[in-house]
Amino acid sequence: MVILFAVFLLTLLALTAVAIVRTENLFVAVMLTGIFSLLMAANFFVLDAADVALTEAAVGAGISTVLFLGALALTAEHERSVVSGRWLSMGIVVVTTLILIYATFDKPRLGDPRAPVHQHVAPWYLDQTPELIGIPNVVTAVLGSFRGYDTLGEVFVVVTACIGVLFILGVRRGGYSPSPDGDRLTTAGSGLRHHLIPKVVGRLLIPFIVLFGLYVLFHGEYGPGGGFQAGAIIATGIILYALLDGEAQALKAVPRPVLMGMVVGGATLYGAVGVAGIALGGSFLDYSVLADDPVKGQQLGILIIEVGVGLAVCGSLLSIFHAFAARGRH
Amino acid sequence: MTLTTHLPALQVVVPMLTAPLVVLMRVPGLAWATAAVASFMAFIIAVSLTGAVLQGGSVIYLMGSWPAPYGIELRVTSFSALLLLIVTAASTLTLLAGKRSIDADVDPEQQPLFYAAWLLAVAGLAGIVVAGDAFNIFVFMEIASLASYVLIAAGPDRRALPSVFKYLVMGTIGATFYLIGVGLVYMMTGTLNLGDMEARIQEVGDLRSILVAAGFITVGLALKAAVFPLHAWLPSSYTYAPHMVTAFLAACSTKVALYVLLRFDFLVFQQNLPAHAVQFFIFLMPLAVLGVLVASGVAMFEKDLKRLLAYSSVAQVGYILLGASLGSVMGLTGGIVHIFNHALAKGALFLAVACLGARIAQLQLKGIHGVARHMPWTMAAFVVSGLSLIGVPGTAGFISKWYLVSAALQEGTVGLILVAVVLVSSLMAVVYIWRVIEAAYFGATPSSAKPAGEAPPALLVATWVAALANIYFGVDPSLPLTLSTQAATTLLEHLP
Repeated sequence: MVILFAVFLLTLLALTAVAIVRTENLFVAVMLTGIFSLLMAANFFVLDAADVALTEAAVGAGISTVLFLGALALTAEHERSVVSGRWLSMGIVVVTTLILIYATFDKPRLGDPRAPVHQHVAPWYLDQTPELIGIPNVVTAVLGSFRGYDTLGEVFVVVTACIGVLFILGVRRGGYSPSPDGDRLTTAGSGLRHHLIPKVVGRLLIPFIVLFGLYVLFHGEYGPGGGFQAGAIIATGIILYALLDGEAQALKAVPRPVLMGMVVGGATLYGAVGVAGIALGGSFLDYSVLADDPVKGQQLGILIIEVGVGLAVCGSLLSIFHAFAARGRH
Repeated sequence: MTLTTHLPALQVVVPMLTAPLVVLMRVPGLAWATAAVASFMAFIIAVSLTGAVLQGGSVIYLMGSWPAPYGIELRVTSFSALLLLIVTAASTLTLLAGKRSIDADVDPEQQPLFYAAWLLAVAGLAGIVVAGDAFNIFVFMEIASLASYVLIAAGPDRRALPSVFKYLVMGTIGATFYLIGVGLVYMMTGTLNLGDMEARIQEVGDLRSILVAAGFITVGLALKAAVFPLHAWLPSSYTYAPHMVTAFLAACSTKVALYVLLRFDFLVFQQNLPAHAVQFFIFLMPLAVLGVLVASGVAMFEKDLKRLLAYSSVAQVGYILLGASLGSVMGLTGGIVHIFNHALAKGALFLAVACLGARIAQLQLKGIHGVARHMPWTMAAFVVSGLSLIGVPGTAGFISKWYLVSAALQEGTVGLILVAVVLVSSLMAVVYIWRVIEAAYFGATPSSAKPAGEAPPALLVATWVAALANIYFGVDPSLPLTLSTQAATTLLEHLP
């Protein structure tokens, strides 16, 4: 049954990918990438990677589609057709694909318990997590603690991207009041404000989306999810609000300085937990020293860093969104 | 535990955690000062780590106190110490010198973001260098790359944006290739720790997945390192970036990618994959030779000062790879020490260009006619660093060329051809450096564009510090040579 689902999803995925490449209408391409991400999320779910599926659905299908639309509002809708070098690119893509297929010939069968990935570090994580960290979701334990340094790095990737977008689009921080009309992305672009049904239904959804985000944040130790997903989900809720009631309203609810505070505060909070590890006699990002009982310390540490991740990701995504939307007004 | 044991972590954490705070600093000059202080602290940490490595060998740090293949390990070797010195010194020197230059290029309101991106670039590059884990390298590569794109896009010329977009696309492809390779290796070995990978890849070394992984990782990193013919992103990016950014990134960013390439290839792949070593050398050597000759050739005909030096950088990457492709301790030492020496020479040259840029709007060869009369100190520093780039005895550049030539001479007939290549390309370097000197010293100053005297003092001092470092490390090269020899020996001792 699962294999049937997988084949179905992967076929759709391939078709969508081809359609994205072939279409010259950028709006269609953006919509298709949203579908692509949703299919990808379903694929991850079929492969039992619920945490990744949640992220892909929120970021890939949700936020990046909105950001693409934001960029599209600033440019033309149709792709300029490029003739030169097409065959060369095609050749390179085909060769790379063939090489990748060649690489899978020695691949262990999907789900094979004897595969190297299930033999080496993974059993250790499964064995040790209950004892060392004491939480049921091993993925959270790996991302939050065992490989917490990578997660810190990922948070800074998002922060760097946010800094980059703000810098390049040249948005002044907090220094202006957004005008209620003349807002292309949220009024002319989508025009949801004057449509009654999306507005009513959307408004009903927003509190639940935000609540679900908070649930994902604080429940990450038990079920799928964590700070990253939570930040993305809450950001989606607020972006939906911006689409329904205009960017100005969204900025009134969560002003720009607050967003910047979330980005800086979240990243700094995570870093501060790491430094606290050093200050209390452990090493960087060693949560065991945060409480008298090392297991309690681990749980506390993971909770704090998840909050940090959530703040930084939510703040960054919203800042990027507003940067695009503000650009539309100029 | 004392603070000293935490140095490998602090090397990354200090600039990284300062960056978000810098974003909030809106008092003019405060963001710059904080960034400079953080960068200087990173430099001090790099110096202490170098001392520790020279005394007691590699320094290992376990993040979160988790044991190695399960948690993330940092590993500072002689090779990493050399790179850390380059990254932090380049950043500190350019920051200290560059306030006025950056003020001219970047809008004051945007400066907090700019300096935050700068610190993130430092943190990213340092993070790659100290990492002992293949995925961790990827994460910090992302930070370093994104931050570099931002820095380059800050260029006052509008053409900075299309060139940075090209860099972004190419850089993303490079990073993706690296990630695909790491994914394949993980699939076959179940580990991400480089040391662990080295041990576990042995059993599966002859499998197709690993072969493909080696290809993807090598190509991806070569793209990041601007190895000929994958260098297309580099010249425009360097040309249109703000002058200080060019000086900083030209000194260290491609070198860090080369560092990962050499480390991954020599430590993980070469002793484990059948015939990989030979293939690596056979494929690499022609690319290195072509890179050296073609890029130097293009540089000889360039009219734009920064683009000229950028093409020269592509050629220098060729020298580094040429040394590596010889596969001997001496060759590899030559390649690695050239990473250091080229950083000195090119850093100093781009600083000198920044000095010129402070007074002249158009940095074309015809725009700098007779400029030496008005900016004698700047041009003198340019000449000194230019001599080092050419490889004149008494300068740092000579040391690496000497090692490369000596290593090539051990290789028989092929070696003689390589010696000829090094000599010819050095002559080409004489030509392109001379064209600048000729214009600056012997060209007639057009009466309309008279530069308003010498460059700002801070910038000039930094340029001379870098230029004199070329002389100092040419006369007493013991520090870079010790580190490079140790690095080369470590890389090669695994080979059969």
